Amino acid sequence: MKDDYILNINNLKVSIDDKQVLQGIDLSVKKGEVHAIMGPNGSGKSTLAYSLMGHPSYELDSGDIELDSESIVDLEPHEKAQKGLFLAFQYPMEIPGLQMESFLRSAVSSIKGSEETKDVFDFHRKVLKEMRYLGIDESFADRYVNDGFSGGEKKRAEVLQMLLLQPKLAVMDETDSGLDIDAIKVVAKGVNRLKEKGMSILIITHYQRILDYIHPDRVSVLSGGKILKTAGPELAKELEKTGYKDFVPKKSSLDVKF
Amino acid sequence: MSKEDKFSQDFSEFDSYQFGHYDKVKHIASTGKGISRDVVTKISELKNEPGWMTDIRLKAYEVFEKKPMPSWGPDLKEIKFEDFTYFIRSTEKESDQWDDMPKEILETFDKLGIPEAEKKFLAGASAQYESEAVYHKLNEELGREGVVFLTMDQAVKDEPDLVKKYFGSVIPASDNKFSALNTAVWSGGSFIYVPPGVEVSTPLQTYFRINEEEFGQFERTLIIADKGAKVVYNEGCSAPKWAKSSLHAAVVELVALEDSRIDYQTIQNWYKNIYNLVTKRAKAEKNATVTWLDINVGSRITIKYPSVMMMGEGARGEVQSIAFANEEQLQDSGAKMIHGAPNTTSVVTSKSISKGTGRSSYRGLIKVLKGAKNSSCRVECDALLINEESRTDTYPVMDIAEDETQIAHEASVSKVNEDQIFYLQSRGIPEIDAMKMVVNGFLEPMVKKLPLEYSVEFQRLVELELEGSVG
Repeated sequence: MKDDYILNINNLKVSIDDKQVLQGIDLSVKKGEVHAIMGPNGSGKSTLAYSLMGHPSYELDSGDIELDSESIVDLEPHEKAQKGLFLAFQYPMEIPGLQMESFLRSAVSSIKGSEETKDVFDFHRKVLKEMRYLGIDESFADRYVNDGFSGGEKKRAEVLQMLLLQPKLAVMDETDSGLDIDAIKVVAKGVNRLKEKGMSILIITHYQRILDYIHPDRVSVLSGGKILKTAGPELAKELEKTGYKDFVPKKSSLDVKF
Repeated sequence: MSKEDKFSQDFSEFDSYQFGHYDKVKHIASTGKGISRDVVTKISELKNEPGWMTDIRLKAYEVFEKKPMPSWGPDLKEIKFEDFTYFIRSTEKESDQWDDMPKEILETFDKLGIPEAEKKFLAGASAQYESEAVYHKLNEELGREGVVFLTMDQAVKDEPDLVKKYFGSVIPASDNKFSALNTAVWSGGSFIYVPPGVEVSTPLQTYFRINEEEFGQFERTLIIADKGAKVVYNEGCSAPKWAKSSLHAAVVELVALEDSRIDYQTIQNWYKNIYNLVTKRAKAEKNATVTWLDINVGSRITIKYPSVMMMGEGARGEVQSIAFANEEQLQDSGAKMIHGAPNTTSVVTSKSISKGTGRSSYRGLIKVLKGAKNSSCRVECDALLINEESRTDTYPVMDIAEDETQIAHEASVSKVNEDQIFYLQSRGIPEIDAMKMVVNGFLEPMVKKLPLEYSVEFQRLVELELEGSVG
């Protein structure tokens, strides 16, 4: 049933600077499912993440993306977010001069409605509670968004946003990169809490490691801009042993768009 | 086409400017178009001035005629001096009652929130409309303490000794073409004298409104803080959305005697048809402090470099300059710091934003005279560009004749980053709001230090300017 899926990607082709990076992606995520996308460097993983959210540098050549049975390809990024899509960035942007809590308040009121943030003190308590849960120091509420944060602090801040925004589908772009095991555990704790409440997850990663803490229901291999295989969680373990050598794209598949 | 029809036509053009309406009011007196020796004499006559002021004017007019237009900086070729009207009187005399002025004028000042601001946070307020003040009032208690707050026109009559002593003492008529013009045809502006040891911590304010097109406003302001005195002064301005340009050429002189402090704060929000060519300079004696907060959002071209001459040991000068250059605007602002005595300190902080074809320039002069030992100066200017075609320039000049000084200059240029906007959008925030957040973030370190009423007003203006900047 179509209704069972939170995300349906059909034949998605995406170019950047006239080079086609995604060459016909078919992918689906069931409601409540954790779907891992694994692949070697340069396979198009981050392009997939950015394209889902609609980064202006990525041009959609063809195909469709449905979120909760509704096409979202023509929507602005903020509208996609309002419909329940969330992207945890591999490299979260720094916004000097914009205070974290003020940013969080704007984000939450844009996505969940201004009622959610009307009581400033109540919202502040909620932010501090989630920060404590993720082991983020309270002082970060007053700091500028990601400005001078370490890699691990940025990733925790991404999960903090996820907890406050409670998306339907979280796309996690290499969230584990640069994190030590303790940090990965904290991130996983937050993500799993939302999963229990029904959030679906598309987890994009090069390494199997994070999947020990966020258990995938299905694993797909992305290489050369195409999904080459989809299987159960055992595929991640297998890739850990064998690497991506069986999935090296043929030279010809890296088409240049004319 | 009648004047009013032409106006409403210009007015209908999309524009975020809020105070661009025109009042249909009759003139009590006007010198008509153009400038001449006769016009200068006529202005002096209309004001019943003593002969010594008429002489100052006429001498200045000669200087104005001889001085060439500034050859550096923005192109001022479009300015045709014969097109402007140099003096318009709108009410018979200034009053300390808001109700005394014509209804249209009062409505305008109400819209601008001036009477309300006076009640809330001012110790004295003046409202200048065209060439002269239509309202002027000082808190009575300050009057009893000996604080003098007059229009400059009134000060010539009531405080001739102080005016004779200080008028033109900081900025001589011969300083530049526009200071000469101002000295010849000046009208309105404020005169403030704060006696020794008196502190005026609640601001005094003057608001300047231009109503006619092709008009010239030439207010003249002189503030004297006597020994150990303190005063905070605010000014604001606006004008209707005429298609043809007007000229605003003010001269502001500040005299800070020993141990005194003057804080001068400006939000310049002229409509984009105004040439705003202003000379502002302060003289700071021993251990005195002068700060200029200079916010430029409006005007077609602004040329203004608030300056502090630190002539007494231990004097301190500060300029905080914020400029927003929107489409077709040129904000040529900055600061001049003259260290003329030992142990003097100056700080210049400049933030500018250029949007679309807007162009902002920082022009600064740091001069340390021989013997001004242990002086220090720190200049920091940051520019933010919103679009590909936006432009910013920095022209710092340093003239250091003393070895034992500390000078630091830092400058940065950044561009609004597409990825920052995308990041905020991915959190449900629409593009225009994301843009405002990034720009406000750039200004934040400076805005958070502003007086509250200024930071709120300024952020509101910036957000209005940013409307329509995306897509």
